[in-house]
Amino acid sequence: MGETFVQKVFSKKVGKKVVHGEIVVVEPDYVMSHDNAAPISKIFAKFGVDKVKYPDRIVIILDHTVPAPTEVEASNHKLIREFVKTQGIPNFYDINNGICHQVLPEKGYALPSKIILGSDSHTTTYGAFGAFSAGIGRTEVASIWATGELWMKVPEVHKFIIKGKLPEGVFAKDVALHIIGKIGADGATYKAVEFTGEVASEFSIASRMVLSNMAAEMGAKAGYFLPDEKTLEYVKDIAKADFEVLTSDEDAEYEKVLEFDVSSLTPQIAKPHTVDNVSPIDEVLGTKIHQGLIGTCTNGRLEDLEIAAKILKGRKVKSGVRCLVFAASMQEYIKALKNGIFEIFAESGCVIMNPGCGPCLGAHEGVLAPGEVAISTANRNFKGRMGSREAFIYLASPATVAASVIEGEITDPRKYLL
Amino acid sequence: MPGIIKGRVWKYGDGVNTDVIYPGKYTYKNLTPEEMASHALEDLDPEFSKNVKKGDIIVAGKNFGMGSSREQAVTSLKYAGISAIIAKSFSRIYFRNAINQGIPAIESPEAVDAIENGETIEIDFKQGEIKTSKGTFKFPPFPEKMLEILEAGGLVNYTRKKLGKD
Repeated sequence: MGETFVQKVFSKKVGKKVVHGEIVVVEPDYVMSHDNAAPISKIFAKFGVDKVKYPDRIVIILDHTVPAPTEVEASNHKLIREFVKTQGIPNFYDINNGICHQVLPEKGYALPSKIILGSDSHTTTYGAFGAFSAGIGRTEVASIWATGELWMKVPEVHKFIIKGKLPEGVFAKDVALHIIGKIGADGATYKAVEFTGEVASEFSIASRMVLSNMAAEMGAKAGYFLPDEKTLEYVKDIAKADFEVLTSDEDAEYEKVLEFDVSSLTPQIAKPHTVDNVSPIDEVLGTKIHQGLIGTCTNGRLEDLEIAAKILKGRKVKSGVRCLVFAASMQEYIKALKNGIFEIFAESGCVIMNPGCGPCLGAHEGVLAPGEVAISTANRNFKGRMGSREAFIYLASPATVAASVIEGEITDPRKYLL
Repeated sequence: MPGIIKGRVWKYGDGVNTDVIYPGKYTYKNLTPEEMASHALEDLDPEFSKNVKKGDIIVAGKNFGMGSSREQAVTSLKYAGISAIIAKSFSRIYFRNAINQGIPAIESPEAVDAIENGETIEIDFKQGEIKTSKGTFKFPPFPEKMLEILEAGGLVNYTRKKLGKD
């Protein structure tokens, strides 16, 4: 019997052959935290050690409340900057870089076969680069800072074969929502998901990141693509370390194998208040909206901004509707600025914000009032997520959000694309 | 973790997520334990924080704690006095966070179906049993690593011990 990618990554890490379900102690290659590095540093102080064990394995990226909306967040940021200095942590990215899940790959930490943990549930995103990455809690990050290690279960693997040919006007986000709608928000709880099949291989790195990001919404511990030439091309000039390319054997053991044929998929929407409350767009057409959000760690990359701009070009955001745009990182922001995409957004009446998490988690920069309806490219639509508990959030692709802000109601983007 | 926990039940359904347990707008506000407790479950059950008592137990359906990795979704309940959580299943990060805070997280779909909101139940960790008004239900023992963390009272104490600080 062959081995899965997951078995190989963990076996290499612990120096012996592991089996699925086994509990092992590992030293992760990198451990990521963001604004929550402030409370984590307070937990770290309880351990009674002065110095973090491996400063160069710690990555801290400020993104959740940037720039600081109030004195409280400003003090948190200040505390983090001081901590980074005192501890000699070299991998610190201040508020002008962007969202952690975009910045960490851009800076060359998301590499094949690395184990990357982070105090954020969407840490699964780095699976798009053939890394094994999983979200953990704050106390766990503090403990890794102190000891360099953490216990983990080697998860069983579910193989999701995405096959067929993706129709025009339908995107990775629609595929992700479709899968979540089918398997449910706990469809892959505790499991690692291996995304494969012809559609998965054809996906750009940015599109793969959408699936890996949203693996968290399937309950998965990790959601990865086996590294291929696209992965190697992305990392070749930026890799922060040497890495090995590991893949699953042909005869590896999977707990489950599911096939998703996307050839006749239509744009998908997750309705309030759960991500698995998914329906094809025609069931919600005409739903009135107050705000559109284009961006976030799920869909704030150049290809997302490009498709939204293609639809908005020469058109206006409907009067009475707001549309906020957040590039996922400053790197993506600069690209969009240089190729005229931001000009299109500005002329159409969108508000272009700084790279960051924005109102996705309800902290600042465009939260919702009671009774308001948003359509967002983010990954979560829980009650209260974007501010008021009496607001409603629909999740969709950047194309669907762009089409919807033009009409002020949920609109099929294919109308503007085909 | 004591050998036996006895407490009154707050029962909820499937998919109780981290945003309704502890809204994102408070996550970067550095609140005190008392303030955190006062916001626990506020978007699901505003009565909870007003009436919860020390030792109470949460019983819920599938995928309890789905969503964010925010640890306050555990600590806010802990500060509110919750002594244990029984669910049909837990989201992965929530499960880890609960154990790491010294809060036993027990999966028992049968017990959840049997338990009524407001009743008093008993959890016996030595025997691996949940005693309810409708009978006794078994649950499997925690793996060794988790038991060590629970017995230390959470990951902070466990790590201190490992570092030779206790």
